[in-house]
Amino acid sequence: MSTSSAPPEFRPEELLADVIMRLIGDVRHVAVGNASPIPATAALALRESGGGRPYVSLLGSRRHMFFTDGGRELFDCAGQGRIDVFFLSGGEIDGEGNINLVSIGDYEQPNVRFPGSFGSGYLYYVVPKVILFRVEHSRRTLVPKVSFISAPGGNADNVHRTGGPIALVTNRCLFSFDRTQKRFRLESVHPGHTVEEVIENTGFDFDRPDAVPITPAPAPDVLRLMREVVAPQLAEVYPQFAERVFGVKVAAAN
Amino acid sequence: MPTIANSVDDAIAALPDGAMLVVPRESSGVPMEATRALVRRGVKRLHLVALPTSTLQADMLIGAGCVETLETSAVSLGEFGPAPRFTAAILNRTIHMKDATCPALYASMQAAEKGVPFIPLRGLIGSDILAHRPDWRVIDNPFGNNDPIVLLPAIKPDVALFHAGMADRAGNVFIGRDRELLTMAHASARTIATVETIYDGNLMDDPALSAGTVPGFYVDAVAIAPRGAWPLPLLDHYPADGAHLAEYARLAATAEGFARYLDEHVYVKRAA
Repeated sequence: MSTSSAPPEFRPEELLADVIMRLIGDVRHVAVGNASPIPATAALALRESGGGRPYVSLLGSRRHMFFTDGGRELFDCAGQGRIDVFFLSGGEIDGEGNINLVSIGDYEQPNVRFPGSFGSGYLYYVVPKVILFRVEHSRRTLVPKVSFISAPGGNADNVHRTGGPIALVTNRCLFSFDRTQKRFRLESVHPGHTVEEVIENTGFDFDRPDAVPITPAPAPDVLRLMREVVAPQLAEVYPQFAERVFGVKVAAAN
Repeated sequence: MPTIANSVDDAIAALPDGAMLVVPRESSGVPMEATRALVRRGVKRLHLVALPTSTLQADMLIGAGCVETLETSAVSLGEFGPAPRFTAAILNRTIHMKDATCPALYASMQAAEKGVPFIPLRGLIGSDILAHRPDWRVIDNPFGNNDPIVLLPAIKPDVALFHAGMADRAGNVFIGRDRELLTMAHASARTIATVETIYDGNLMDDPALSAGTVPGFYVDAVAIAPRGAWPLPLLDHYPADGAHLAEYARLAATAEGFARYLDEHVYVKRAA
């Protein structure tokens, strides 16, 4: 902890990446899928601070991807239990950990269409630690019941299920997920946000302790790592994000 | 043995209306020059399989009215937001959508490679992806005990179409690490590739290169298309043209804007 009286300045994306770094923990292999720049920041920063551990497989990257057997290798690897952590989001996420990446309303005549399920209909089942992230924390995104289940939070006992959600990170707070109870629990509220605000903006019931801690700010050395070492690495796959958040100038396409 | 086609238009002549066409994800060599040629030709009723996702390519083909059925796990413009013509087509119900999850598409393509009718896959049980796929089945694992598992039918495309760095005059195409292109070629009745350049010599003579090569045996047509993935990236060659993709996202947000985009960037070649 910093002993300085002035709080360190950090961007919201850096706080969320720092939270995700702690959730990943000490593992061998972290994979990062499509449209996941904040989890990518966390995974690469963790690898830098861990001297090369964990292995990081960043989808869409040449430099941060060791697979040599095509796109299927990620899934084959996961099916064997060789991927410890993955990240998923959802247009909607409900209180039982079901995620919806497809549509709102009747599937045949939807009111809203999202891109699609990506690898969620498989990876949610077989990756031991799936970290859910949804930057927009609102009653529109965190709902009582999803319209379409791209992947369920849990299954009947006889269904092969070696993986599932462990946590949900939003712009307001961190929830953990209890797979037996199929419920989220509020673990901490990010600096500048309140428990009341989290309750107000969450469409499902969740557990919480009497006193909810504040999410700790990222340490200065972690921030330095993200900005100076990780940001240029991110620019390969997430040039827009790297420029917007970290000011990394992207080379012209010519 | 394939010869090098005189033009991209000649190479895609082997792709008829109504074909089942498989194309790769953004990071594995998307044939955008060939896609523009298909739109100019006015190809119709495609059953488009995007392995396992797509961005600009599927959005453009859908917007131009080339697609009847779309089979994929997701279509978006990545960092440039939702894929507007795909989204409009779903909301207006102008295409038939077969929602999948990434490994299901890879597995179904692998079944075709092996010439077997189906393949099992973990996951999916309890999802609405499975609920909306009457062509998928759940069986009890015959080697297990009370262990439900999903079976997926093989996907056997008529044509695989992709863009790569180089090919030789024998039709061998170098794909490096992007080995889903090999799976696509194995699974499909015909393969059409566009490439940045022609390799002088035979790719199969060099063991380092041949390990990352689709043999000409599987390849029906090759055409040269410099910067043929533009405005998408071709990894190891050039990055995405972010300014152009942002412009596409802006214009394609409306049907009128999309028509203008096609006029300015796709149909323009006709006048040349």
